[in-house]
Order: sequence, then C-alpha cells, then structure tokens
Amino acid sequence: MENLIGLLVLVPLLGAGVLLCGGRRLDRSGPWVGTGLAAVSFVLGVWLFADMLGRKGDNRALDVTVFSWVPVGGFRADVGFHLDQLSMTFVLLITGVGSLIHLYSVGYMAHDERPRRFFGYLNLFLAAMLLLVLADNYLLLYAGWEGVGLASYLLIGFWQHKPSAATAAKKAFLVNRVGDMGLSIAIMVMFTTFGTFSFAPVLAHADQAGEGKLTAIGLLLLLGACGKSAQVPLQSWLGDAMEGPTPVSALIHAATMVTAGVYLITRSSAIFNGAPDAQTAVVTVGAVTLLFGAIVGCAKDDIKKALAGSTMSQIGYMILAAGLGPVGYVFAIMHLVTHGFFKAGLFLGAGSVMHGMNDEVDMRRYGGLRSYMPVTFWTFGLGYLAIIGFPGLSGFFSKDKIIEAAFAKGGTEGWILGAAALLGAAITAYYMTRVMLLTFFGEKRWQPTVSDSGSAAEDGNLPHPHESPKTMTIPMILLAVGSVFAGGLFSINSAFLKWLEPVTGHAEGHSPVGAGQVTAATMVVLVIGAAVAWQQYGRSPVPVTAPRGTLLTRAARRDLLQDDFNHVVLVRGGEHLTRSLVYVDHKLVDGVVNGTAASVGGLSGRMRRLQNGFARSYAVSMFGGAAVLIAATLLMRAV
Amino acid sequence: MNPVNYLYLAALLFTIGAAGVLVRRNAIVVFMCIELMLNACNLAFVTFSRMHGTLDGQIIAFFTMVVAAAEVVVGLAIIVSIFRSRHSASVDDASLLKL
Repeated sequence: MENLIGLLVLVPLLGAGVLLCGGRRLDRSGPWVGTGLAAVSFVLGVWLFADMLGRKGDNRALDVTVFSWVPVGGFRADVGFHLDQLSMTFVLLITGVGSLIHLYSVGYMAHDERPRRFFGYLNLFLAAMLLLVLADNYLLLYAGWEGVGLASYLLIGFWQHKPSAATAAKKAFLVNRVGDMGLSIAIMVMFTTFGTFSFAPVLAHADQAGEGKLTAIGLLLLLGACGKSAQVPLQSWLGDAMEGPTPVSALIHAATMVTAGVYLITRSSAIFNGAPDAQTAVVTVGAVTLLFGAIVGCAKDDIKKALAGSTMSQIGYMILAAGLGPVGYVFAIMHLVTHGFFKAGLFLGAGSVMHGMNDEVDMRRYGGLRSYMPVTFWTFGLGYLAIIGFPGLSGFFSKDKIIEAAFAKGGTEGWILGAAALLGAAITAYYMTRVMLLTFFGEKRWQPTVSDSGSAAEDGNLPHPHESPKTMTIPMILLAVGSVFAGGLFSINSAFLKWLEPVTGHAEGHSPVGAGQVTAATMVVLVIGAAVAWQQYGRSPVPVTAPRGTLLTRAARRDLLQDDFNHVVLVRGGEHLTRSLVYVDHKLVDGVVNGTAASVGGLSGRMRRLQNGFARSYAVSMFGGAAVLIAATLLMRAV
Repeated sequence: MNPVNYLYLAALLFTIGAAGVLVRRNAIVVFMCIELMLNACNLAFVTFSRMHGTLDGQIIAFFTMVVAAAEVVVGLAIIVSIFRSRHSASVDDASLLKL
C-alpha cells in the first residue's frame, strides 16, 4: 500500500514529462493521455481510500520514507509521504476534481493550438499539488508549494501572446513570492527551534517551544497562506489570474491550489493552538478577506472576476474557521471540499457560457441564456444554490457550521466574527444572484463581437449560444451532483467530523447563539441578499454599459483599490527607495572610493619625482637620512 | 700621542670621501671616494680598539677590508660594462634602467 502513495505523485509527473517532452507526435493524443493519467491517480486515490477505511481511527495514517534527500551531518531532509485522513481528503478532491477538469478541458481546449502543452502543465500541477498535501515534512511541502506556484504561473500565462495574460502571470508569481518568503522563513525558524522539518516531531513538541517562537512561526505561516490563498493583503493576484483558460481558473484558482493555505494552517494546527496571537491574526485575515472578496464580487461585470471575488471570500471563510482553532478546523476542511465542488462547477459553467458566447466575459452582454444552454443553466444553478447556502445543499451545511463556530469564539470577538460571517453570507447571496440573473435571465443583451483584426463586426458576428459538447457537460453534471449532495453526506451522523477528528482534533464550541437561531439568521440574510439582487437586476432591465455607480461600486470595480494601494505604497515606495539608494551609492560610496583613489594617485605623482634615477641624489638622501638619524640619537642621549 | 687625533683624522677622511661621492660625476672617482670612506671607518675602528684595549675593532677592520675587496671586484666590473655600452663613466648619464 505504501508504494502506491509515491505512485500517486509519480503518475501525473510522468504525464507532465511525457507531454512536455514528447513533441508533436503527441499533439493529437496528448489531451487524452493527460486525462487518462489524472484518472489513474484518482483511481489510486480511491484505492488508498478504500484501504484506509478498512483500518480503525488512529491506525489510518500511512508513513513511507522514499529516500534521503539531503543528508548532511546533522541536517536531514527526506522525501517521505504521510497519508492520513486530512491528506486523503485532499488527494480525493485534487485527483477527483482534477480528473473532471481534465476531461472538461478536452472539449474546452479543442480549438487551441497547443493542447499538449496545456495538459502537460495541468499534470505538472496535479503532481506538485499531490506532493504538497502528501509530504511528511515542511521542506518537501515547500517543494510542492513552489511547484504549484510554477504550474499556476505557466497556466495563467498560457496564452502569453496576450500581454494581459503575461502580466497577470508575472503578477501572480511575484505576489506569491512574498508569501513563499514567509513560508520559507517559517521553515527555517522551525528547523532552528525543533531541529527537524518533519510534521510528527515538530507538531508533537510544539508546546515546548515557547509562545513567542510559536507566534512567530504562526504569523510567517499565515503570510505564506495569504500569498497562496489570495488573502488580504496578498490578494491582488487572484482577480488577474482569471486571464488563464477557464479550466485553470476552476482547478487551480478555485478548487485546489488556493486552498493550500487552509491546508497549511490546518496541518500546523498544533503550532496555532499554542499561539493565540497568531490565531487572532488568522481570523482577522479571514474575516477581512471574506468581506473584501464579497464586495469585489458584487461590482465585477466580468463573470470570471466576479467568481474570483467569490473564491477569495469563500477561502476567507475557511481561513476564518481554521483560525478559530479546534472548533473550526474540521469545518474549514469541510467547506473547502464542498467549495471545491460547487466553485469548480460554477467556473466550468462560466467557461461553458463563454464557449457559447464567442469568449465574451461581460455579464452585461449575456442575458436569457437559460433556454439556450439548459445543462449549463441547471448545473450552474445548482452550484449557485450550493454556494449561497440554500437549505439541503452542500454550502448550507459547511457554511452554517463556520458561522456557528465564529459565534462560538465567545466574547466581543465572537460577535464581530459571527456578524462578519453573516454579512458575508448576505453579500454572497447578493452577488451570486446577480451573476445568475445577468447571465441566464432577463432579455438578450448580446453584442456582436469585435473580430481579431479590430474592425467592428457586423450583425453576422452576433453570438450563437449553444450547449457545450459532452466532454464539457459531463464534468459539470458530476460536479453539480457533488455540490448538491456532498454537504449532506458529510453531515449524516457527523461523518466528516468523525473522519477528520483523529488528525485535527475537535472541540465543541459554546455558542451564545443557538444553532437553530444561527441557521434562521443565515436564511434571513440569504433571502434579503437575493431579494436585493432581484430588485436591482431581475425586475428592471439591465443596461449594457455599466452605470457609473456609487463611490463604493467604482472602488470595488477597481478591486477596492488594491492595485492602486500596491502601486502607491510598494511600487512607488520601492522606486523611491532604490532611487535614494542609487543616490547614496553614487555620492557617498563612490565618493569615498573615488576620493581615496584620487588622493593616492596625486600623492604618488608627487612621490614619483623623488625617483629620478640619479645615483648621486639617492646618495644625498642617504647621507641626509643618516645625519638625521645620528642627530636624533645624540639628541635623545642628551635628553 | 693622543689617540683622539686619529679619530679627527678619520672624520676628516670620511668627510672628504662623502663630499667626493656627492660632488664628483666620474664613476671611478666616486668609487675611490667610497674606498676612502671605508678606510676612514677602518681607522676609526682600529683607534677605538686601541682606546678600549679590545680586539673587536681590529677584527671588524679585517672584515671591512675583505668586503671592500669583494665590492671593488663587482663594482669595477659594473663600471667597465657601463663604460662599454655608453662610452662614458659618468654616473649622471646612467639615470635610466635602459640604454
């Protein structure tokens, strides 16, 4: 069984190698090879899952050391895998959703020129992500962490002939670098504190490290998580990452990679449990981001960017839950899994709509697509109901638990967090209803597309929306099924809780508000949010060009000025810093160096005159020197 | 006779020699002036030896003679080869490390 774990990572890695190095002869079969290998790793995952279910609670974890990676004296870094319930959950999510999205991409990328490379990158992503969640030490986790960053960069910039995509890829890479720096420093601090990278000893001895150290490690891990999971203040890359092909947005920037931060925090639970200050930072980041993302999502007219705002917001929920400690870990992961289903489904739906609408992304130019794309409509609709937390669907179970846990934090903090989570739920209902209404209901507001040559097109270029091919609809249907039933299935008998509890631990919170009341309040805000959206976008006609909007709307359209902030503070600040450093370098450092050189040069120019080559003048200086020495000696004697 | 007079003589000879080294241009003459200075030193050594009643000064005088003889050999050889190449024995002409 242990050998299968390594295989799980190797299979997609092999796929990436074959597809990226295989050359043109794989151009036609490439998509199916990539999809097949993803499916193989999913089958392996299911096999391991079945095997794991066969064992009892505490014996479920599997450990395997493959080889010693860097053995240098007392420093040991091994390539080893640790498969427990938490990693298993991720493995199934990654390979399952990953396989579906591979399948979807076969249809979506059918007309692309380089599908082989696309599938190679997707497989590379799968391998890196599996490495990330299967690693049994932080260093190997970091390797996977960087690997998914690379795959994300390559896939965002897949259409690199578009300058916007190339820029977005660069931006994602750079912003992630800030977070990666935090993670790498956290790992270094960990090594100096515990003398090892492995999860087991680090987490077992976490309580002996002292709160200061733990807080430092926790905050640095949080920085890493913020970068990868697009949380405030490192959130700015996610919106632009939508420049990538839609399946990429679904797989990497919604369902799996961006949840790596939640995994990191949950995995390091022992560290965070011992550092209340770090936990406070985590919940603050989560609460701020869930509102931030939701507000941004309300104002975007680009369907993918609206969904990106929503992703940010939902991950904010998970981070919030993870920051609550043992009360929340399980629910963070549960929301992560259900979110993986419905958000991937929503993105695939968005991709399907774009596919039918000549790659138009502006929702104001959609409208009335309900009857043209029935499958997309129904699967998207189910995803929509799941994300807003419609009773009985996935999002209802997972999000409700998080809101409850937030209230259970206790004290003023609990009320603030709970209120933020509730408000977030209301805004979620609003923006998702808006997306739904703009896309599938109302009048047709289709516009002729502008052709590549730039000439305004005639009416003949009006989009002809049509249902997508089977390879695209089947994954959407399966994901919709997941979004409907996953939450309920997890909640029967608290199955998910019992499954994860041995790894993350769990504590029941004592909420000042009853569970029923929380659910009722959630329903009320949900209805309010949806009603407001219906009032604005359902009852009255929607203008094709966006109205100017209030100050908040305009700010939200610009991602709440995050780029402007980064530009003014970081870019300008950096420019000023470098300019002043260059000034100091030129004037001070170069001045000292050049001054020394010039004075030595001048002095030696004068000294050179002494060396005239006349033996008699040397003799004079010798005699003079001897005379001076003798005179000095006599003088000293006399004194 | 007071041995101090010998010291005066040695000082006089040394001064003459030094002045000759500094003033004359002909390498042979400069060389002879150096010999004069060496012999002035020898005279002073021998005088001190006599004054203090020890043999140290006399031994050093012998050493000086040996070294002076060796120096003459090397020095004259250099002067001859300079004269051959430059057709002049002036020390001021040989102010460069090339012809």
